[in-house]
Amino acid sequence: MSLRLQARKLACERDDRWLFHDLDLELCAGQIVRVEGPNGSGKTTLLKILSGQLADYRGELFWKGAPMHRVRRDFLANLLYLGHASGVKAALTPLENLAWYQALAGAPGDEDDRLAALEAVGLAGFEDLPAGQLSAGQQRRVALARLELMPRPLWVLDEPFTAIDREGVAALEARLEAHTRCGGCVLVTTHHALRASAGLRSVCLGEGGAGVER
Amino acid sequence: MVAIRATLKRDLVLLLRRRSEVLNPLVFFALVITLFPIGISPDPALLATIAPGLLWVAALLAALLSLDGLFRSDYEDGSLEQLLLSPQPLPALALAKVAVHWLLTGLPLALMAPVLGIMLSLPAGSYLVLALSLALGSASLSLIGAIGAALTVGLSRGGVLLSLLVLPLYIPVLIFGAGAVQAAIQGAGVSAHLAILGALLAVALIFAPWAIAASLRISING
Amino acid sequence: MWAFIHKLGSPKWFYGISARLSPWCWALAVALILVGGAWGLAFAPADYQQGNSFRIIYVHVPAAFLAQSIFVAMAAAGVIFMVWKVKLADMAAAVMAPLGAGMTFVALFSGAVWGVPTWGTWWQWDARLTSMLILFFLYIGVIALRGAFSSRDSASRAASVLAMVGVINIPIIKYSVEWWYTLHQPATFSVTSRPAMPTEMWAPLLIMVLGFYSFFIAVTLMRTRSEILRRESSKRWVRDLLGEGG
Repeated sequence: MSLRLQARKLACERDDRWLFHDLDLELCAGQIVRVEGPNGSGKTTLLKILSGQLADYRGELFWKGAPMHRVRRDFLANLLYLGHASGVKAALTPLENLAWYQALAGAPGDEDDRLAALEAVGLAGFEDLPAGQLSAGQQRRVALARLELMPRPLWVLDEPFTAIDREGVAALEARLEAHTRCGGCVLVTTHHALRASAGLRSVCLGEGGAGVER
Repeated sequence: MVAIRATLKRDLVLLLRRRSEVLNPLVFFALVITLFPIGISPDPALLATIAPGLLWVAALLAALLSLDGLFRSDYEDGSLEQLLLSPQPLPALALAKVAVHWLLTGLPLALMAPVLGIMLSLPAGSYLVLALSLALGSASLSLIGAIGAALTVGLSRGGVLLSLLVLPLYIPVLIFGAGAVQAAIQGAGVSAHLAILGALLAVALIFAPWAIAASLRISING
Repeated sequence: MWAFIHKLGSPKWFYGISARLSPWCWALAVALILVGGAWGLAFAPADYQQGNSFRIIYVHVPAAFLAQSIFVAMAAAGVIFMVWKVKLADMAAAVMAPLGAGMTFVALFSGAVWGVPTWGTWWQWDARLTSMLILFFLYIGVIALRGAFSSRDSASRAASVLAMVGVINIPIIKYSVEWWYTLHQPATFSVTSRPAMPTEMWAPLLIMVLGFYSFFIAVTLMRTRSEILRRESSKRWVRDLLGEGG
């Protein structure tokens, strides 16, 4: 079954305010969907709903054509989510952080893989420093190393470009494109303008209205 | 299983790297116990009669003190989100975190209590029961308290609220824990008390992980 | 079953049906409390041990009954809200919590007043009073937790979970407190558990208990109605309703 995340007539009401309603969205293999909208328009909430963290919505979600609540485990096993907060423990070294994430996915993992992933995000030489001693951008890179480390097809990224320098942004952008070329799919919120590419689409969340697909 | 073991190890490493968080409840315990002879009277006979209750209440408060941090740092740096998105069962992962909390708070408190018991002239013959009842009881306290910690982790000032939620639920454990020590002093059998503490722990083990998991899911969306 | 639950859970439907039920509940509550009160206070025989001071039982016991029942009702509403996502259940739970806390306070206060002629003191660590006090703290915890969240949805869920945890614990707390009490004060006179009470004494008590329950139902209906209006104020049917009314 091919990768496909669908949302039909999705609506979310937060304390008597409609963040969005009647939102239809489809994300297939090889696509990047960028969620746009002003601050407070519900981008993060949408990402949380689509990554299965929030159950408080109306409408239907489908993963690989099946209703989400029935295939939740399989969905989570295919999902890599990066939130606002990096999820990196300051008291642990980057290597230890990654080891926990590998184990959380269900496999003990391999030290060489972790070293390779850290090198790929430009953190070679910082493997054994507590993450708290790294800069904000470097901590962000530790989180991004998970993209290298764990082969998950569906990426849901909330503002992944925050705090990263220009080279890092370019590298991440290239990484997203490479991921879609290999058959993965990406859902991303960002204020950064992404380079136009074949699989890129945008969804715009407006003031209290429906999401518009462009 | 891999994920649970890794979470256990990670939390142990984290706490051992911030040793003050492990030591603070113990110091608090000793300090509170020091306050009572000063506040009441240094009379050994009087102290001996109130010692079981004092030791239990002080240990309970010390354990409560450390609860607020159980999920807070994970909540703040985003790793709680990731824990919730793991394909592993969340109640089991939460249980691993609670186990670490007990191992580094409840168990040390139980081991330290006999020393403070000497300072309160606790009658001989009740020291083992004191440590045993605290070790058993504090496991229930960690489990019940973790529900409160999970419910309040998303609130910026959850600390006082946490005690308000959790302390009434601690009362049965306190009654049977302190009761065990008292029974030991009077020379009565303590196995019934310890059995009830064990039963309370069993009930907590059955229900608490689910309640903690549900509460964490609520808090992450707060 | 499903359709029934959802029909029952529709605030609009409930608003209509409760408007018709509510006056009857009020009438029943007032009638029962008046009859039970008059009978209990004026006509029931005085207690041979306590004289007339025992008559406080006609307030104390119904309040204590209600205090415990409301917690169970609140937890049940919490379960309905969490499992079937019926928002109406949560509205009911939200209005029940202060009412339950109030009833617990009435039970505690009347118990303390009763204590003066019986024990010669305002407070004694009696098993029932102690568990009532703990119940009071549990209520305050639920209310405080609900108030602490900025998002109402999270507040509702958190309060539901806490009410469920509480309701599992209440029997455990009750039995352990009773056990603790018998251990420490084996020979104290317990006021409410008396072996035999003549019919003339317990009949008015029964009427009072029923009256208190009707009162609880009436108040819950009324306050749930206003909670519905508050929470659904943006819905069209509420606007229509308020538009008609003024």
